[in-house]
Amino acid sequence: MTDEKNPNGGGEATRRDFIHIAAGSMAAIGGAAVLWPFIDQMNPAADTLALGTTDIALGELTEGQEITVMFRSMPHFVRMRSPGEVEAARETAVSSLPDRLARNRNLDESAPATDENRSAMTAAVSEGVEIEDALRQALLVTSASCTHLGCVPTEGAGDYGAWFCPCHGSHYDTSGRIRRGPAPENLPIPPMTFISATTLRLG
Amino acid sequence: MSGPSTYEPKTAFTRWLDSRLPIVRLGWDSFVDFPTPRNLNYWYTFGGILTVCLMIQIITGIVLAMHYVPHIDYAFASVERIDRDVNFGWLIRSIHAVGASMFFLAVYMHIFRGLYYGSYKAPREILWILGVVIYLLMMAAAFLGYVLPWGQMSFWGAMVITNLFGALPLIGEPLTQWLWGGFSVGNETLNRFFSLHYLIPFLIAGVVGLHIWALHVPGNNNPTGISVKTKADTLPFHPYYTVKDGFAIVVFLIIFAGFVFYAPDVLGHADNYIEADPMVTPAMIVPEWYLLPFYAILRAVPDKLGGVILMFAAIGVLFILPWLDTSKVRSMRYRPMARWFFAFFVVACLGLGWAGAELPDTKVPVLGALGVDFLLMGRVLTVYYFAYFLVIMPLLGFIEKPTARPASIEEAVLNGDKPAKAGPGAAPAAQPAE
Repeated sequence: MTDEKNPNGGGEATRRDFIHIAAGSMAAIGGAAVLWPFIDQMNPAADTLALGTTDIALGELTEGQEITVMFRSMPHFVRMRSPGEVEAARETAVSSLPDRLARNRNLDESAPATDENRSAMTAAVSEGVEIEDALRQALLVTSASCTHLGCVPTEGAGDYGAWFCPCHGSHYDTSGRIRRGPAPENLPIPPMTFISATTLRLG
Repeated sequence: MSGPSTYEPKTAFTRWLDSRLPIVRLGWDSFVDFPTPRNLNYWYTFGGILTVCLMIQIITGIVLAMHYVPHIDYAFASVERIDRDVNFGWLIRSIHAVGASMFFLAVYMHIFRGLYYGSYKAPREILWILGVVIYLLMMAAAFLGYVLPWGQMSFWGAMVITNLFGALPLIGEPLTQWLWGGFSVGNETLNRFFSLHYLIPFLIAGVVGLHIWALHVPGNNNPTGISVKTKADTLPFHPYYTVKDGFAIVVFLIIFAGFVFYAPDVLGHADNYIEADPMVTPAMIVPEWYLLPFYAILRAVPDKLGGVILMFAAIGVLFILPWLDTSKVRSMRYRPMARWFFAFFVVACLGLGWAGAELPDTKVPVLGALGVDFLLMGRVLTVYYFAYFLVIMPLLGFIEKPTARPASIEEAVLNGDKPAKAGPGAAPAAQPAE
């Protein structure tokens, strides 16, 4: 048998062709398999993935006050809203919103973006903890990363008196819902639990 | 155009070397005896200038890496230390930071030169595409490098740019987390950006090698756009163009030094001297000047994904330009309509840069009285930017009647179509005698 051709003539595949293709395929699969660790190493590492929690002391928050806390390396707004702000958020019809979903990790994905569904009314409450509804309704905890490109919106600015993103001009209302501008979604709400009457745990 | 080699080794050692590694021959044929069109003007010196820019960035960058610490707790302080305590650190960092701007200044001149003289047209399509690849790599290197000082603009620039990828459907979120190595821009991100920022200049150097290789197959284009026909059309690269390039490089370095010594921060943002704070976004964030036109295009679209797509398309369209331009004439010296559209294109690019630097709601001076804000201006100019490539270039080849061209480069030179000392606008070449 020669190296070049099938001695029986014609363009038929030889045993050698088969071995070449099989060996080449194995090399390609092996190469791709080796590539994966080098791609996957860039994904969040185990220690980064280990989910953290952040506890917020609510006793220090007065009406109308807002603080920014870090939760899983992302800034989050914690706002004790005034009754007027809650009222304004409640009066807004969900049908008039650019994003009608609550985007609340404590609720089902399809929950509508009512103020009730956005506020701390949706937070879980640990056993034996008693907490007033008025406080839960007034408290709003949302991500502080604009859903457009991740900037932190400025407090107390914009057309809706709550947050305005300085980067590309997105306006959010007092429920953290997008009202105008390029941001596609409402500010997401993290999973949260009242672990005492004055402490809210994120995560 | 690259003919048989004319190199003759003169010493025993060079003869010995030439039969083993003909590296001196390669240099001789590429940069000494290389036949080059005799009418290249100063717009053709930016290739040499860019080579110098790349070398400056690599050398200063290697030095800075000896003192820089890629950790979120130390990065900002280490850059301050370079400025204040490291011997001549202030100088080397200034050269590197200003160098990035000068690199882009030169590359824009180089690109506009190519657009005007039709340097992207056959047989130089691959040469052009390699150039666009280099430009893309430059933007990546500049972005990654800008993150390293870990100032406010570094951090929020990184946040905005990486979030652009989040606009992609399905893969958006996993992709951004893969880029970050976490759930936000953090230490992992800074670390890998440093690693990649060190890598990319060497990739650029590699592609520059291919770019020059692809240049040396058909040879240089020239201001007439007419192909070299005889030896009388050319001059050896050395000394004619080594000296011309050398003079241009010296002038360029004087301007460069002016920035380094007298205004090292004028091209940057004061906010980057505030350490990165993930809790507070600066009141106004804008990219560096050389990326502003693309930023304006991003903002021109009211949709997140749409804006991102259009921004990348603005660069992507350059890749297919050689097939969009249907004209049989290369140089716009002989294209009476194209040169006007080109002039407006340059204005549009500058205007987009201006629009990108301002807040979208701000009124444009003068036009503001008519209700024109920078968002609207950005939108109009974005339309022109794309129309230039996708409508004007394809149609013009059929509509336009080119003016008479000289028969050869030699004739163009001898008949008073002097190698232009000034820019294309001043070239008296529209009506060369036949």
